[in-house]
Amino acid sequence: MKQTPFHACHVRAGGRLVDFAGWHMPVQYASILDEVRRVRTGCGLYDLSHMGRVRIEGKDRIAAADRIFTNHVAKLKVGDIRYSLICNEQGNAIDDVLIYGESDAVFVVVNASNTDRDLAHMRELVKGHDARIVDLTEELAMCALQGPLSEKLLARSVVEKEALASLGYYKLMRGTVLGMQDVRISRTGYTGEDGFELYFPRQEAERVWDALLASGGSDLMPCGLGSRDTLRLEAGMPLYGHELGEEINPLEAGLDWAVKFAADKPFVGRAALERIKAAGPQRKLVGLIAEGKRIPRQGYAVRHGGADVGFVCSGTYSPTLDKNLATAYVPAALADGETSFEIDLRGTAIAARQTPLPFYKRQS
Amino acid sequence: MRPNDRRYRESHEWAQKQGDVLAVGITDHAVEQLGDLTFLDIKAKVGQKVKAGDLIAEIESVKTVADIYAPMDGEITAVNAPLGQDVEPLGQSPFEKGWIVKLRPASAGAYDQLLDAAAYEKGIAH
Repeated sequence: MKQTPFHACHVRAGGRLVDFAGWHMPVQYASILDEVRRVRTGCGLYDLSHMGRVRIEGKDRIAAADRIFTNHVAKLKVGDIRYSLICNEQGNAIDDVLIYGESDAVFVVVNASNTDRDLAHMRELVKGHDARIVDLTEELAMCALQGPLSEKLLARSVVEKEALASLGYYKLMRGTVLGMQDVRISRTGYTGEDGFELYFPRQEAERVWDALLASGGSDLMPCGLGSRDTLRLEAGMPLYGHELGEEINPLEAGLDWAVKFAADKPFVGRAALERIKAAGPQRKLVGLIAEGKRIPRQGYAVRHGGADVGFVCSGTYSPTLDKNLATAYVPAALADGETSFEIDLRGTAIAARQTPLPFYKRQS
Repeated sequence: MRPNDRRYRESHEWAQKQGDVLAVGITDHAVEQLGDLTFLDIKAKVGQKVKAGDLIAEIESVKTVADIYAPMDGEITAVNAPLGQDVEPLGQSPFEKGWIVKLRPASAGAYDQLLDAAAYEKGIAH
């Protein structure tokens, strides 16, 4: 299994490490529920170095990137960040990513489980352009501070405190962090809370991890990927392999806002998605709240009127809402916000009512 | 070292002799692997006859769900219904407060076929 540059920190702190997409990653340090509560009320520190980090460079990088991504790259200003899909010719999702506007490149953060496939796909699509794909995954460490106290805590380690305070959501800056110059700092995250993601040379990783934890004191705790998954589901954010996949298109996933059909936007999968958009997607992603104490899980059947009509993508107990939540694909005609379903929970039918996504939205 | 006053199954159940019945629960190792427990759904009913390996309960944690099996043939004589309302005692104290069912074994010898603590620990060591 591959190890991130923070691996020794996880081992020292007694994190429970598991195989995640080929990486030896902490699923939790203490209790997943405590980590979720901490990120909703304080701040959590995450190692995200398993995620793929890629730069698209070269004179034709914008044109090449606008073929690869469903969201607009040409309109991306330096310091802007956008969510996007990468689709195949069928219009289904190969991955979902964040794209960052830089002065001399397009910076992309992709899912760990898809990094190799994304790299091959992107390298194929830049052929014939003056553009190249540079994989920075091994050389950069990536970590995140997530939670309402993130700005206050990170400011202790950043020289440019005013710029940090005024950095908007989904914006990127460069700053001096714990003596490291020119560190990428983005106001992004996957938890539904305020937060930042940092990218810096891997040899600094252990020092930065320990210094951030020390400066955060009792307001900050290291967290694992288990809590991140519950947080993102509460916040209604899709996870590749659950709400997205090679058999799922972004329109049925409710991600229309990240798919641009403008005339100057010739992305892979566009023709297929135009047909799907014209006809309307046949199924749609909905949020469900399950009755009782059992938790819906990925793959459980969703029933209506005695027939199987869909399937669960993700489920969790939500400590924030004290409810058992699920996302599921159901026929578009039933995704009306009202229709109730049953979830086949290992042979027992559990009532589930629709609720708008996201399940949780922070007070801003 | 796990308690020597009981026997174990590879699937992480324990069985402890209490008079002519066996108390059945799951080990601390199982609890740790499951992570934060949220709910215990006891499927077995008092008076029910079960076979070794039959499902007696399902346990939910935030990240997963696991089956709990009868360690041997027998008849269910009691279920720990309060754990179905609040699973926390099982998480805190799996060997003491965490008994899930009691079972009257169909035969006297089956208990001795289960693993002792040392053999169970050898199985989970790698």
